[in-house]
Order: sequence, then C-alpha cells, then structure tokens
Amino acid sequence: MENPGGSSLPAFLELQRTRVLCKADAPTHTEGFQYSGAFAAMGVDTSVSVEKFCSNFKIEINRLTEEDMEFDMIGVDASIANAFRRILISEVPTMAIEKVFMVDNTSVIADEVLSHRLGLIPLDADPRLFEYISDDVPNERNTIVYKLHVSCEKGSQRLTVKSGQLEWLPEGSQLTMASPAQSGDNQRTYTSFGQSQQNTSERPLGVKYKDITIARLGPGQAIELEAHAVKGVGKVHAKWSPVATAWYRMLPEVVLLKEIKDGDAEELVKKCPVNVFDIEDLGNGKKRAVVAKPRACTLCRECVRPTDDQVELRRVRDHFIFTIESTGALPPEVLFTEAVKILEEKCERVISELS
Amino acid sequence: MPPATSAPDAPVAEGDAEAPPVPTYRSLAAPVSNPVDKFALLPAFLKVRGLVKEHIDSFNYFITKGIKNIVRANNRIEARSDPGIYLEYKNIYIGEPSVQVDFRVETITPHFCRLTDRTYSAPVIVDVEYTVGKTHTQHRKPSFTIGYMPIMLRSYACVLNGKDEAELARYGECPLDPGGYFIVKGAEKVILIQEQLSKNRIIIDTDNKGRVIASVTSSTHEVKSKTVICMEKEKIYLQLNQFTKAIPIIVVMKAMGIETDQEVVQMVGRDPRYADLLYLSIQECATERIYTQQQALQYMDDKVTYAGAGNIKDGRSKLILRDVFIAHVPVNNGNFQPKCIYTAVMLRRMLDAILNSDTFDDKDYVGNKRLELSGQLVSLLFEDLFKTMNTYAVDRMNKNSDMARSSPLDFSQLIMQQDVITSGLERAISTGNWDIKRFKMHRKGVSQVLSRLSYMASLGYMTRITPQFEKTRKTSGPRALQPSQWGMLCPCDTPEGEACGLTKNLALMTHVTTDQEEGPLRNLCFSLGVEDLSLLSGEEIHAPGSFLVMFNGLILGKHRQPQKFANNMRTFRRSGKIGEFVSVFVNEKQHCIHIASDGGRVCRPLIIADKGRARVKEHHMKELRDGIRSFDDFLRDGLIEYLDVNEENNALIALYEHVDQDGVQRSSITHIEIEPMTLLGVVAGLIPYPHHNQSPRNTYQCAMGKQAMGNIAYNQLFRADSLLYLLVYAQRPLLTTKTIELVGYDKLGAGQNATVAVMSYSGYDIEDAIVMNKSSLDRGFGRCIAMKKYTVTSEKYGDGISDRIAKPQRNKDGVLIKQNMRV
Repeated sequence: MENPGGSSLPAFLELQRTRVLCKADAPTHTEGFQYSGAFAAMGVDTSVSVEKFCSNFKIEINRLTEEDMEFDMIGVDASIANAFRRILISEVPTMAIEKVFMVDNTSVIADEVLSHRLGLIPLDADPRLFEYISDDVPNERNTIVYKLHVSCEKGSQRLTVKSGQLEWLPEGSQLTMASPAQSGDNQRTYTSFGQSQQNTSERPLGVKYKDITIARLGPGQAIELEAHAVKGVGKVHAKWSPVATAWYRMLPEVVLLKEIKDGDAEELVKKCPVNVFDIEDLGNGKKRAVVAKPRACTLCRECVRPTDDQVELRRVRDHFIFTIESTGALPPEVLFTEAVKILEEKCERVISELS
Repeated sequence: MPPATSAPDAPVAEGDAEAPPVPTYRSLAAPVSNPVDKFALLPAFLKVRGLVKEHIDSFNYFITKGIKNIVRANNRIEARSDPGIYLEYKNIYIGEPSVQVDFRVETITPHFCRLTDRTYSAPVIVDVEYTVGKTHTQHRKPSFTIGYMPIMLRSYACVLNGKDEAELARYGECPLDPGGYFIVKGAEKVILIQEQLSKNRIIIDTDNKGRVIASVTSSTHEVKSKTVICMEKEKIYLQLNQFTKAIPIIVVMKAMGIETDQEVVQMVGRDPRYADLLYLSIQECATERIYTQQQALQYMDDKVTYAGAGNIKDGRSKLILRDVFIAHVPVNNGNFQPKCIYTAVMLRRMLDAILNSDTFDDKDYVGNKRLELSGQLVSLLFEDLFKTMNTYAVDRMNKNSDMARSSPLDFSQLIMQQDVITSGLERAISTGNWDIKRFKMHRKGVSQVLSRLSYMASLGYMTRITPQFEKTRKTSGPRALQPSQWGMLCPCDTPEGEACGLTKNLALMTHVTTDQEEGPLRNLCFSLGVEDLSLLSGEEIHAPGSFLVMFNGLILGKHRQPQKFANNMRTFRRSGKIGEFVSVFVNEKQHCIHIASDGGRVCRPLIIADKGRARVKEHHMKELRDGIRSFDDFLRDGLIEYLDVNEENNALIALYEHVDQDGVQRSSITHIEIEPMTLLGVVAGLIPYPHHNQSPRNTYQCAMGKQAMGNIAYNQLFRADSLLYLLVYAQRPLLTTKTIELVGYDKLGAGQNATVAVMSYSGYDIEDAIVMNKSSLDRGFGRCIAMKKYTVTSEKYGDGISDRIAKPQRNKDGVLIKQNMRV
C-alpha cells in the first residue's frame, strides 16, 4: 500500500527518497524530497495525510528500565522526532530547588555555589501533582520544602554532606519571618501551607539519589538552610530538565553490494570496530560475509574506505532510534507521553489561533 | 668520515668511560642497556633550588655577605672636631621579622602583614663600639637596631625558610607559593630582574656614526664610569665625560707614563698592521709637540670640563686618569702600568676589529649581559641609606660639639634617632623608584605589584626580565631571538607589541650567579702558572702562543698553556675546590682566557660527558630515586656542572646521549642536556606538544596562560586581595606536561576541559568564538566567583565607646546559637 496513486517510483528514486547514503567522502541525498508534488509527473503522490501516517507510524520499544528507554519511532519526519527531543529536554516540567534560605554556612563552599548544587539535585516528586508558582505565594500545591542542618564536630574527621541528608518538611517552612513582634500572633513563616503535603503522593517527596555530594565540612564548620523546590521547565534552567539527555539517531542500513568471500570477507569483518559483519560458513571451506548487526553501525565508514563498491552504508530517513534518559522524577515512558501531550497542546493552540 | 671516527669507540660501547673494561664474550653478548633516564634530576634540581631560586639566592647573599661587606667598608664614623669621638660597627645582621608595638617587639608572619597592611620587615641589628662624653669612655653595645628592612619571603631571614607543608599551612601560607617577593604595606612587591650590559668588560662596537669604538663601563664599590675609545678619521681618541674634547690616545698613554711611541706599539702588538693603524695617532701627538708625561698632562688639564675648587685645573687630569678612566683597574702607589696595559689591550681589540670585522662584540649576546636581581638592588639602596644615616649622624655630632656641648657626645643616640633605613627601603620598594644620587641611579618601576590573577601569573612574574634601556627604539637587533639564549631564556615567553623581545623570561633551570670572593681565585690562578702582569714587559704580553688571563674583566697576566690552565681550573671546579659558578672560557679569537666569578651571569646545569658518554649512569639515578643522592651530590661528585653562556662556547652539548648526532663526532661531545624541555620557561612549559605549533602561537599562549581563571593559592579564601576571580569547578588539564607537574599547575589548576565540536558549515562559521551549550552553563561549566574587598574603619567615638568586631556565637561544634540574633 506504499503508493495509493498506482504506479511506483523507479528503484533509484525510491532509494533517494527514503534513504541517506553515506559515501566514503560525504553523505549524499541528505535533503530528501519535501514537496508533496515532487513526483506528481510520474503519478506518484508523496503528500502527507493522516491516513498514510496512521498506516505507517509504528513504535517498537527495545529497552525500558526505570531510568532510561530506547525505542524505534518509525514513519515520522525528522522534524517531528526533533520536536519530541526538544520538548523532552526543555519543556516537560519537573520540580527542582529554586530558593535556598541560608541560615548558616561556614563551609568553604560559597552560598551561591551551594545553592546551585542544591538546585541540580533530582527530586523524587511527580510534577503533575503540583502547580506552577504564581504571585510568589508558596503553598502546599506549588512548593516542596527541604531542610539541611549539618555540622562537623570539632576534632572529628572531615564530613561529606550527601543529598540524602536533605530532610523533607511536609508541613512547610520552619523559618520565621522577621516581623514586628506581635506576641499573640503566630509567627509567619516563609510558606503559607493550608494543609500538610503528607498525603499528596504515596512516596515521601524526597530526593531521587541519596549519595550525591553536596559539600564537605571541616571540623567546626556547619551548614543550616532551607530549600524550596518549585515546578519549572528546562528552558528556564537545566535543573528542571526531566532528562539527563534525550537523543535519536536514524536507523543504519548496511548493504553488501556484491558477494564478499573468503579473504575479503575476513578482512571486512576485521575492519569494522563494532562488529557489524559476520562470516557465514558455506561449507567446504568457503566463507561469505554477511551483515549481522546493522544497528550497531556507528557510521565510522571504515568499511567503505578506501573503496565503497563493496558495501553501502545508508540511513533510513523515517526510522529513528530514540533514547530517553530520565533524571528520575518520572519514568522515561511517562516522559514521552508527557512530551506528546505538550506537542498536542501546542498544535491545538496553533489551530485555535488560526480558526 | 663518520664511520671511521666512530669505530674506535665501538669496543668500549658497554663499558664505563673512565675505565673501559676488557670486553669479554659475556659483556659483548649482553643486551644493550637503555639510555639512562635523567628526568629525575629535574625535580631534584627544583627541590633544591625552588622555582624562583635566583631571587632568593641573591637576597640571601645580600643579607648574609653583602650587607657585612658594605658595613665593613664604612665601619667607622668620627666627629670632625675630635677624631677621638667615634662609633665603630663591629658586626651587622638581620633579626627575625618583627614589628614594634608600643615598645614591645612582636614577631610577625607574612600572612599577618598581608592582612593588616603592614610591611614584612626584620630589624637590622648592629654591634657597635663607641665613646661617650668628654672622657671618651669606650662603650660596647651589642644588638642595636638601626632600622627595619623588608624581608623577601622564603629567604634565610624569613620565618617560612625551610618549613614543611604543615608548618606553612599553620602560618596561613600556601605551600605552592614560590616566595621571592616582599610585602610592603600589605602589598606584595616583586623586584623584577633587570637586564644590563656587563660591567668592567671591553665591548667593541660601532656607534651611530659608524665609528669603531671600544667602551668599558667600569663599576666598583666606589666609582662608576664609562670609558670610550673611538676611531675618528683614522685617529684614535679617548672620550670621557670629564674632558671637553676627545683626547688623542697616545697623549693619554704618555700622560700615564709611557713616553716612547715604541713602547706603546709594543704593548699593542708587534704586528706591523697595528703600527700602520696607529701611525696617524702617533703623528698627531707629535704635531701637538707632546713628548713627555708632563706635556701630556698639561695638554689634558686644559681640556678638563670643570675645574675643582678655586678653578685650578692643574693636576686634575692626573686624578681623572687615576680615578675615572677605566676606573675598575686599580692604581696602586701611583703605578699606572696596569692601566696602560689595559688601554693597550683595548686598542689591540679595536684594531683587530678594524682588520677583521668578525671580532666585533655583539651587545645582544647573552654572555655580554648581566642580570641584576633584588639582592643587588636592595644592596645598593641599603649602602646609600647606610652612608646617609652615618653622614647625618656625623653632621649632628659636629653641630652638637660646636655648640655648648650640652648634650652627651654619644653617636649611638644619633644613629638611633633616625629611621633613614626603614623609611628609605620601604619607600623605594613600595613605589619602585630607585633614586640613588650617590650611584647616579634613577630608575622607575623597579618593583611591581605581584600579579595574583592566577597561580601562573605570579610564577611568570617572578621569572620576568625587564630591559634597562632602549624600550622605544624600533631596532630589531635586541628583539630578535639570540642563539645564545638557548637554555637560559625562554624562546617563547615574551609579550607582544612594544616590549616584544625586550622583556624576556628565564628558562626552567637557569641560575643567576651571585658575587664570589675574588682573592682565593686570583691566588689559585697564579699558582696554576699565570705570569703576573707587573713582571711582563709590553713586548712579552702578546707573545705568540700565550693567552692573556682576564679575571672578572681585569687583566691578571698571561699563560703559556691556555688549554691546560683552563682544564686545571675546571678540574678544581668539578671537585668543589672553587665555587661551582666560576666560569672558565678560552677565547681563541681574542687569545684570552676569561675567568668570571662575578654576579648576574646566567648559567645552567649540564651533565658532563667524557668523549660523548655521560658521567651520570643508571646507578647514580637509582641512588637519586632511592633518596640516597641529592642534586648537590651530583655537583660535588663532578657529574654535573654549571656552565655560563660564555663557557658554553667551549663545550659541545648534545641533546641526548644515545641519539646519533649527524655530522658530529661523538667523542667531541663534552656535555649532555639534563632534559631538553628545560629550554622553555615556566609558562611555556604548560603548552602540550609546543613543537607542533606555529611559533607565534606558543608566544600568544604564554601571554594568555597567565590570564586563565582558576585557583590562586591554597590560602586564597584567607587572602584579602582587592579583586579575586576564582573558578568554582577548576580542573586539571587532561593532557599533562612534565612542567605542569613540576610547577604544581596540576594542584592549582586554571580552566576547565571542554568538549568542542568543530564543524564546517555555513551560519556559525565564526572565527575565535564558540557557541556554548546553555545546559552546560546551567550545570556549572565555567562558573566563577568574583571576590571584592571592602574596607570598613573601626571607629572610636570617645567616652571609651568604640566599634568592636565580633563573630556570631557558636556552640562547640560550630553550630550557630540563634538567641539574641535577628535577621
């Protein structure tokens, strides 16, 4: 059902349309054919349609763990794949420490640096349960409060402060604001929590990794601070990025242009640093090279050097191997669906603007 | 014929050069041993000498020897009216760095001075003997402070001298800090190394009119003068500031007692070509009708610039000849002969240059230069101030004794009353203005604030050499890289623009000598067969085959077997009988042997080789690695020696022992480099693979390496610099050079390792810029801290109310106690 228009393209044009060729000196046919009527004269319609997309689009998950996933996204244009990548990096929200109230810091690390390091600690809090902070009023729906109070005793060994020592305060800030002392009133703190956050999620809102070094304290040094985490997106600051990184690559396709036998085959196998090729035993001492693991190809082009008449390296234009490495707030598959939702939202916004 | 010449060496290839063993089947079959890895010598050298050893050595020399010499030369002051009233300095030494607070003496540390804007100085203490009162009763007073002198960090007088890392940390000092600078009023001041032309040496050159001149800048403790002999219209004249006109040189010779022209010609040399060149000068003297010493002096008296008191010119010229003309040649008991011979040698060198133009001297040749270090500069300043202090004391004593003698005639009171030395030294070092009228010295910018932009910046500052003159001239000669700079001065590290090639930097292993005692050396020379000058006639001096022996610019005599004499001297040096920095240089062209022990020469250590085989063997290096042997042991055992630029001309230095040197006979190699990378300086040593770069790139990097932000010192957070830039996450370079490890750049790094993608494509094809990844910046790449100093004066309000500095209260674990505290 490739060509509903009837006739199909000749093989060499079909190759140019669907593949990027990686020659020894440079890749060719990188541009592709964007125009829907490029082959109209030959009776081939390459226009984009929902039906075509629905029939071609496919996702195959190769690996899925708590931290990262790899899947194949087949049947989309590079611009769509890139949109997902960019949204994952900079527009899917997470929670991160944004404000640090420094009560005491006698460590060698400056307040600013300490705050910066705190900000980069991944928090184990589902951002979907929170709102963006507005009007700078911190409450239980937009702020998570942590406390850090460590000191190194005099005469003891040097101490390493780890992220696990950050203590979650579900009832909100414990620091009182300096206000004209009206003895009767409750002292105002830096947050105005209406209720405890204890039940917002089944897990306590701690840090994801407890072994991140925050600071080192020498004897007699102390750190006391309160850190407020809020919801934000990666384009404001990388600390809100939900992924360590997200990337994709096009599926490599390795084609043997002719049969490669015996000595040549062994040479070819030896050439490839990632072992894309293997040897097939044809019996009676004959051997033949076969492409065993094309996905492993890194396009080092060692196999097409110095001559590229044996092997051809290609990339499939609409097949992306997509990898997402989560920082921990959300599992990677959820991150991707979140990214899809955000793209959907954006599209709706465009449509509503246009109509 | 390299194969033929190398053949005799082959049988002893395995054996020790001193005692070649008889080759056996076994020794011949043994595998060829690897060349000795001599790199370990370099850290050993730096451990002994430190990175700024030249500064510290020169200051140490001053406070241990120089200052005593100055005082010994001016040790007695007397009242004019009564020579019985006197004060005599018996001894002088420098105390411990301290400060006087309300008549109490408190010892101080450098860091305390940095923080409190004080001068890190130590008392100059003298033992004196003096008379008191009319009866002239003799008193002795030991330990008498005459002033305070700023002390160089890590010198002998400094509290940091010889301290280990833990002790330095206790003093609040960074163990990697090299020292070698002063702290004056809280500011760190470096006295830059000054480069100047050698003193007391004959330089044959052409002046701006193209005339051949022979000039000598004489410098002794008493006088400094410049003598120029020049050739004009084929006649030779003496130019001296004290005379209005140039004096014909034959007249000068006659005035010094050489009345016959024959003797003059004999002294210059018997070669008829010399006589031809001298002919016109002799003729001119005759036309002036000057035949006797008396007439010559008369003639010169008329040309004296200004007469002495009472406008009497008579006899002035003889005094000038004695005291000003080539002033460093001594005239003992009116014996002008040494001066005559010296003048004759000057003439001979000049005539040689006219006859053969390659005997001209090169002013840019490093061997003709001397480096003046902080010790020498402070020494000059101190000498001037010490003399000033004494004259003040004498003046006031004279005034007192002229009056009614009401006050006790006590010199010790008078020298104590002033702070000439304290304020004089402090002012000069803090402003950098060396204005010493007594020595006609007016220099600006001698000392500069030590740059603390980065660790490398401060190290680079300590090795910098500033030129003395001709900064604005467009000439290329002094700016060009001199071949004689090899191994002494860094070929890369020089600024761009105005001072390019003039401001230089020392190489890694360079040592700058300090003065050495002359007497014993002079005696040794005579014992080794130098024929005394005073016993030689003019004819004999230049007898063919014999060489003149010059000792620190003075003519000592001649020697008939120059090479043997030089070898003997060198043997003495290698066995440690004479100082290791004495240089012996046989100048074949000038038929001279130059012995030098004066200060300011640059030299460097080299491995001695016998017929191309290094004396340093693997077992020596093993002993060094095991800690049994130190660098000084290598020197003492005659395995390594220091060569200065001149003596390098008598040596053939190979880079590596094992490498075939094409076209050079191995047996003629006399020395082997310790490590070829030491020809670069400290800053250039940071560049990885510099030999793969275009040469100006290395020079640019030398300027920029000092600007890199990073860590400044271990004590950087306790310092109070007015502006401090620090990198939060400074890194060690991924690619480390040997120098980096030696200078500690891996411990106080500057900069971060970055991954840079280079792609040729349109749009971002910009030069000298990169597009940064925002996420990297967000995550802390290139993050820095700027620290600024704010000063607040603690005020006193009267009624006993004053500002007090207090810390927030803390419990024993350092936790803040928050009672009584408000935000």
